[in-house]
Amino acid sequence: MGLLIKHAIIVNADKIWDKPHDILCIDGKISQIASSIASANHEIIDATGKKVLPGLIDIHTHLRQPGREDKETIETGSRAAVKGGFTSIMCMPNTNPVIDNAMVVEFIIREANRVGLCNVYPIGAITKGQQDGELTDMAELKASGCLAFSDDGKSVLNSRLFRLAMEYAKMLDVLIIEHCQDPLLSAGGVMNEGVVSTKIGLKGDPGIAETVTVARDIEIALYLDARVHLAHMSLKRSCELIRFAKSQGIKVTAEACPHHFVLTDEACSSFDTSTKVNPPLRSREDVEAIKAAIADGTIDCIVTDHAPHTKEDKEVGFDGAPFGLIGLETSLGLTITELVKPGIIDLPTMVDRMSSAPARIVGLVHKGIIKEGHDADITIIDLDKEWTVTLEGFVSKSKNSPFIGRKLYSQVEYTICGGKIVYRA
Amino acid sequence: MPWKHKHLLGLESLSREDIELILETAKSFKEVSSRDIKKVPALRGKTVVTLFFEASTRTRISFELAAKRLSADTLNIAANVSSTSKGETLLDTARNIEAMNVDAMVVRHSSSGSVLLLAEGLKCSVVNAGDGCREHPTQALLDMFTLQEKFGRIEGLKVGIIGDILHSRVARSNIWGLTRLGAKVTVCGPATLMPRGIEALGVDVCYDLKKVLKQSDAVIALRLQKERQQDKFLPSMREYSRLFGINQAKLSEGSDHLIVMHPGPTNRGVELSADVADGKQSVILDQVTNGVAVRMAVLYLVLGTKTE
Repeated sequence: MGLLIKHAIIVNADKIWDKPHDILCIDGKISQIASSIASANHEIIDATGKKVLPGLIDIHTHLRQPGREDKETIETGSRAAVKGGFTSIMCMPNTNPVIDNAMVVEFIIREANRVGLCNVYPIGAITKGQQDGELTDMAELKASGCLAFSDDGKSVLNSRLFRLAMEYAKMLDVLIIEHCQDPLLSAGGVMNEGVVSTKIGLKGDPGIAETVTVARDIEIALYLDARVHLAHMSLKRSCELIRFAKSQGIKVTAEACPHHFVLTDEACSSFDTSTKVNPPLRSREDVEAIKAAIADGTIDCIVTDHAPHTKEDKEVGFDGAPFGLIGLETSLGLTITELVKPGIIDLPTMVDRMSSAPARIVGLVHKGIIKEGHDADITIIDLDKEWTVTLEGFVSKSKNSPFIGRKLYSQVEYTICGGKIVYRA
Repeated sequence: MPWKHKHLLGLESLSREDIELILETAKSFKEVSSRDIKKVPALRGKTVVTLFFEASTRTRISFELAAKRLSADTLNIAANVSSTSKGETLLDTARNIEAMNVDAMVVRHSSSGSVLLLAEGLKCSVVNAGDGCREHPTQALLDMFTLQEKFGRIEGLKVGIIGDILHSRVARSNIWGLTRLGAKVTVCGPATLMPRGIEALGVDVCYDLKKVLKQSDAVIALRLQKERQQDKFLPSMREYSRLFGINQAKLSEGSDHLIVMHPGPTNRGVELSADVADGKQSVILDQVTNGVAVRMAVLYLVLGTKTE
């Protein structure tokens, strides 16, 4: 007794299958893919006319629990994830307490299992309390379930400490994810430094705060022959540095968020605090460069940087509002609408950037591809179906989205995680 | 062309005709302040509140006198910034005051865009008395009024704005207003205090004060905040004064009809030497006088607009 998806047009990172196939999921695995599989006692999904993708994977989410359950919880975040087509998410450690010890990791995993909607992989902090002082007990954190480490929300500013973290992580074969931003250069900026910040008198955060850190991290990765993953790249110049590093064989990977390839800093002119995000929205030129870098693989994967904040926290004027916007429920739609429909990337490439590549980067070896023997994590979409983003439509606990009112393509029809239907439209 | 704005939030969003209408209206109100009985009944029965989250003497008093000379009732609130560091408290505070049937709120706040938040959330008129580094429209209007008085025109005038452009709402409002009325604006100040991409606002950038003094009809010296040195933007106040302070010697090499303006309060010896501030080319006190007239015009216009 399993789940049988009939007439599936499978889209993996390598190609769109020409003929419909049936996919049988048993005991959490994809047990068989064939042109026709007998119904037997299986629960049936008819996928006629739909596209069937490996479950989307977001390696950069903020779930806020423990500590800020008024913004999001593991439960509401999981619900938002599966509604957005994600079957696996990785949550950043800037919670309260910080994910810097095994107890917090175990709490998150236990709670995620209780909720039982999608896979939740906690990301451990690089430094204790994210204080840029001492390294966390990474081996213990790895043993309790951390695949990656980050002080996201800020850089490891101390370059020596970052070097030591990279060396240590290399020994343990875990990934370091770096939030690239030199806070001394950012100097309290609240939006991109440029003509728009000059016009509206908001404090600018210069792009060099990101690029000097990107350059530093690339140099350290080269020196140590170690891997580094660069979070939420937002600049043309960052893409150029990464492209060059990759051409030299340096083990750098990178991610970008939909808001950085959809919106420019012009959006901040509205003083809408949901456009206040870190790194900030950049120029048109940067937006175009991010798109091109996603297309040519310089940027390996798309992440949401889902950052829920309450109305109270966001409604305090631009200077005072916290950084961040929610993304789990709009990421797929924005990517299809802004990258796939205009032909910047094709559908298999999107599957790579949103599922196969993130699985590869963090080492989820049985995910990111629809294949016999792999985990039965599957997202079924109606590619051409249009929908409008509305405030009421969000299942995330927070509603801080600058995309409300926007028309997007692609509706998630079913999200299947571990062979179980966890969301249906 | 009739006035149709309920608020005055900045000059960027105003047309040339709007600005000219304010300046024209201010002309007739200036005469009121020179009478023996300095009062007209234009806003009788209206209530104007000044709500200042930043310290100010001149601007607040100027607004208060403007409202009083139009026969409005006035109330001044100096809000404690620390208790209102959260913008929602700002909106809450404003809503509570508004609930006592206030017609206009004159607001100063350290956050750029905060007045937009208030205008959106309140039913009464909002007049911006300075929001962060964004705009200080009535200051620019009184500067333009003074220029028009001295030169009879604004179109074609060459105006230099000297000092900390990066943090200056006075500079921004003047840039929007002056360029819209056809003046040629040059900004001059330390490179560290020059905002990126300022040329896109239609101004020239020049780091040579002498050159600016030579080519200009008027210069507006900006107040330099002492904190800028602590924030490392400047090596020292002394060095600033050497490069960008205006003294009599530098002024004597400038154009002979040049007038010197300053939004106040002046750091004497830093951006202006005392002899320049008090000298015959200075129009600083005229600016202060004109401020009342301009603010009378603004209050009169926004409160005269029918709210939809």
